[in-house]
Amino acid sequence: MRQDDAKSGVTRRSVLAGSGALVLAFSVRPLFAQEPTVSPPPNGAEPPGPPGSLEDAPFLDSWIRIDAESRITVFTGKVEFGQGIKTALRQVAAEELKVGPEEIQLVTADTARTPDEGFTAGSQTMQNSGTAIRHASAQVREILIAEAARRFDVEPGELRAEAGQIVMPGRDPVPYGEIVTDQLLHVRAGPESQLTIPSEYQVIGQPFQRVDIPAKVTGEVAYVHDLRLDGMVHARVVRPPSQSAELVEVDTAAVEAMPGVVSVLRDGDYLAVVAEREFQAIAAMRRLAEVAQWREEPNLPDQTRLPEVLESLERDVGTVAEEGSPEFSGDVYEATFTRPYQMHASMGPSCAVALANDEGVTVWSHTQGSYPDREAIAEMLGMPLEEVRVIHMEGAGCYGHNGADDAAADAALIATAIPGRPVRVQWMREQEHAWEPYGPAMMTKMRATLDENGRISNWAYDLWSNVHSTRPGGAPSLLAARHRADSVTLPPPRLNISQAGNGDRNANPPYVIPNKQVFWHFLPDMPLRVSALRALGAYANVFSIESFMDELAMAAGTDPVEFRLQHLEDPRARDVVELAAERFGWSSEQLPRGRGRGFGFARYKTLAAYCAVAMEMDVNPETGRSRVVRAVSAIDSGEVVNPDGIRNQTEGGIIQSSSWTLYEAVTFDDTRITSIDWSTYPIMRFRDVPETVEVHIIDRPGEPYLGTGEAAQGPAAAAVGNAISNAIGTRIYDIPLTRQRVRQAFAQAGG
Amino acid sequence: MATLRINGQTHEVDADPQTPLLYVLRDDLQLNGAKYGCGLGQCGSCTVLVDGEAVFSCVTPILVLEDSEIVTLEGLGTIDDPGPVQAAFIEEQAAQCGYCIPGMIMRAQALLQKNSAPSDDEIRTALSPNLCRCGTHMRILAAVRRASETMQANEAGAG
Repeated sequence: MRQDDAKSGVTRRSVLAGSGALVLAFSVRPLFAQEPTVSPPPNGAEPPGPPGSLEDAPFLDSWIRIDAESRITVFTGKVEFGQGIKTALRQVAAEELKVGPEEIQLVTADTARTPDEGFTAGSQTMQNSGTAIRHASAQVREILIAEAARRFDVEPGELRAEAGQIVMPGRDPVPYGEIVTDQLLHVRAGPESQLTIPSEYQVIGQPFQRVDIPAKVTGEVAYVHDLRLDGMVHARVVRPPSQSAELVEVDTAAVEAMPGVVSVLRDGDYLAVVAEREFQAIAAMRRLAEVAQWREEPNLPDQTRLPEVLESLERDVGTVAEEGSPEFSGDVYEATFTRPYQMHASMGPSCAVALANDEGVTVWSHTQGSYPDREAIAEMLGMPLEEVRVIHMEGAGCYGHNGADDAAADAALIATAIPGRPVRVQWMREQEHAWEPYGPAMMTKMRATLDENGRISNWAYDLWSNVHSTRPGGAPSLLAARHRADSVTLPPPRLNISQAGNGDRNANPPYVIPNKQVFWHFLPDMPLRVSALRALGAYANVFSIESFMDELAMAAGTDPVEFRLQHLEDPRARDVVELAAERFGWSSEQLPRGRGRGFGFARYKTLAAYCAVAMEMDVNPETGRSRVVRAVSAIDSGEVVNPDGIRNQTEGGIIQSSSWTLYEAVTFDDTRITSIDWSTYPIMRFRDVPETVEVHIIDRPGEPYLGTGEAAQGPAAAAVGNAISNAIGTRIYDIPLTRQRVRQAFAQAGG
Repeated sequence: MATLRINGQTHEVDADPQTPLLYVLRDDLQLNGAKYGCGLGQCGSCTVLVDGEAVFSCVTPILVLEDSEIVTLEGLGTIDDPGPVQAAFIEEQAAQCGYCIPGMIMRAQALLQKNSAPSDDEIRTALSPNLCRCGTHMRILAAVRRASETMQANEAGAG
């Protein structure tokens, strides 16, 4: 890390204006707005704008810069956290700029350098940033060709871009760097681009190796955890023992006298220690925790009565979908499902480095939203926005809103107390487990009837849930700001029904049903801190809907896959269902005792990627141990940029969702979180991973990018539930489907 | 002052003897391979080799290591010349966020040094102390199998 990168006070405008090169930027208006956005909504009528994020950052030189040596730098407001976007975005740019992906430098979210693309969330990097970079690259290429034609007095049609050069008849090829002039690319993106046609793709669709992996497997600096700045000190925060605990008394003298301790900070209920060496900071943190006296309130709900708790918190109801007029008479099928609070549980506890000096504060963070986190931190510190800079560096996989933004706030706050010295804050394991915002607990209730042909005729779906995103957008979402003496509190969220959904994501079934009603019973109060966990409400909603579909299929006497196909019209939906079933070797034949097969399908957000998962599971009804033997999936994410990236994300989604579904629940007593490490919050280990996981991709060249990262979460969970049900002959309605629950369900069903 | 043998070199380290090896590696020696994951010996992100055995560096104080040979991820190869296990992880694209991978590589290295042709069950058992949250397990298993093949081929070539 160059020290001059640490200077803050550099505004994006100044950086862009100062570039003598090409940068293509487009605005990032979320196509699928499911999370708070940092940009104000556009006013009035929208003129036809350029695609993807180009609309919000319309200058080409915000996105693409080419220097005199023909070095190409691409800027994205999105971030890498293991999903492979550093590689896929390079591929997109390389295709249109006619160079190899390895020749492109990529700068990810940095509030002083890149476009503001809000959060990297909702599986939208390829739709938003990928689309913007693709179009920007194509437009830059055409500008270079036009400029070369003008300069050399050649018809543009006789020129072409190839290997970083403009090739023309009767002359040596001219490198891009010789064509670029100061303001050549400082132009607004047009609404249309001359995109490379699929039959001519050289780079898009190829399984390029991830650019970040070699450094990660050889111990190079790869994460913010590895960042070491000159004079850096180590900080640890002492979090309260419970969410609402208040600090009564703390005698810091003994801690201040410990070896290496630089400073002990107390600000209201916020308590932190800074030391020269990391293990000194840990020792001081432990001592400080021992001497701090807290007042705690037993105000957590009873986790054994989750349905009653969720119902009691309901304050509003929103209509998610309504068609026809459902009527329930005759044979009415009903089911109620629950999903507990669940964790992101990142392997690396959150970490950040910050430096405060006369110019402001610079924070290196693995936040998913550098710009929104900057806003929240500036508000917390009472500083002008332009004096805070947030630079993304990778962390461990986050799968949503974990402790990253809070660690960044911790580092920023502590750094302002010891200006001039970089401060590294590393959360401890128990802090990450106890303080990250969880995926909200949910309950779903369903009713349906079948007509005389065994088709669904009436459908009612009710879900109870908090909001699934409390990301930074303001200081109150940061723990540090909440715990300080002049603390701020999060205003209660309001119910908002959107197309892409939130708690209600995927609550509207993808099936053709003449009469249906879908309601979100909204819970504004959050007894436990919650926010975005991979797929938001789609995980529990798809689990519920797809489990219920199996029950209805059984009632109709129809094979579950056939039953789904009877209710699916969208040909792309049918394609993934049929492909997964075919590659799995789906049939209705009875499996040997202790074996079950299950299926799950969803179109993520009802407007993004299509994914179907079939599983075979081994279930021991006596011990309750359940294991996925094989999983076969099919996915259609639109045009494929990097097939291995899609496979990697989908394999991971299947395994992670299986772990959530089989093992995972946040636990708590009436006061404190009690799942605070890997023994109290177990996740899948190697002995339980499947023998095989297959991902079959349906490529749609020329079609829009639909995103991949979260598509498998719901279908995989449903496949697990349906396979266990198929194996033991009865269903478990409460996630996680633990050994104990499998054993009990089997025993209750008469063994 | 403690004397430690790490990746074939001797280091004099000025740290409290109770300091877990992890912090000496990361902070005193600026080695990034071993990662802090839990500090409890529950996840394996910090795994290194001590006299050929896979060890949780986060719970191993340096005072017990004075006469030991310690090998970290950096001791297996470099970005320009990765060792066989590292190369296998690159070839299989066996990483998502990659945070757990150094620990996986070290545990695989410990296994393959003792048994260059492990069965699938033996690989799973050996890797079971280590957690991965991204769900990269299938690729990690494939990478260990690939590394095993490379090491067997190397042995055959050397023999």
